[in-house]
Amino acid sequence: MKLLYFAWVRETVGLDEETLSLPPGVTTLGDLALWQAGRGAGYAEAFSDPRRLRAAVNQDLATPETPLTASDEVAFFPPLTGG
Amino acid sequence: MAVHVQSADFDSAAEIARFERQAALKGAGAVASFCGLVRGREGEDGPLIGAMTLEHYPGMTERALAAIEAEALARWPLTDSLIIHRFGRLEPGARIVLVCTASSHREAAFAACAFLMDWLKTKAPFWKKEETAEGPRWVDAKAEDDARAAAWNEASAPRNPD
Repeated sequence: MKLLYFAWVRETVGLDEETLSLPPGVTTLGDLALWQAGRGAGYAEAFSDPRRLRAAVNQDLATPETPLTASDEVAFFPPLTGG
Repeated sequence: MAVHVQSADFDSAAEIARFERQAALKGAGAVASFCGLVRGREGEDGPLIGAMTLEHYPGMTERALAAIEAEALARWPLTDSLIIHRFGRLEPGARIVLVCTASSHREAAFAACAFLMDWLKTKAPFWKKEETAEGPRWVDAKAEDDARAAAWNEASAPRNPD
């Protein structure tokens, strides 16, 4: 799967995108956010409080319950501030 | 109906004039527009802002703006609409966004223009980073903007435009 990071999430993780195999046991967006928190310093900080984050799956806003597949594009970012 | 996501500046007067000509051809009697600018200061006594950088999610941004535009068209009898949203580094006074709506009567044009801006604030994947004397900082989403966007789900479209 392709993971994208934007705004302070990008800065904290230290990457704008990466490609990853769907981790074992991860079936939803909420599972993935929890798994990300265990990947190391930048990830731990960015994903320490998932309530501060928003996410999109295949470019549609998604919720923690949204199911994931290996071919998905998943983006993590702060709440949106357009306009 | 058009959505443009670009780093380049736009000429509001020329865009509105072109939009008015197209609207008139489609029989519209009302055009409303809104242009958002980069503020030089956050709040009345907040820090001075040197510049603002808008980051966006290429691909999703265009999809999200088109979906927001489609929602406005479903709610009001618009003959036309236009959204131009910039990204990149913008200095105080720079134009960020232009929204135009056209309808037979003013009520729908005004309401749809306000609706588009309220939904853009909370449903379009943009993030703003301000440069201030105290250093750069990401602008937090405002609860007030969420409330304004949600309020449209309780409001109904006009039934008797005048």
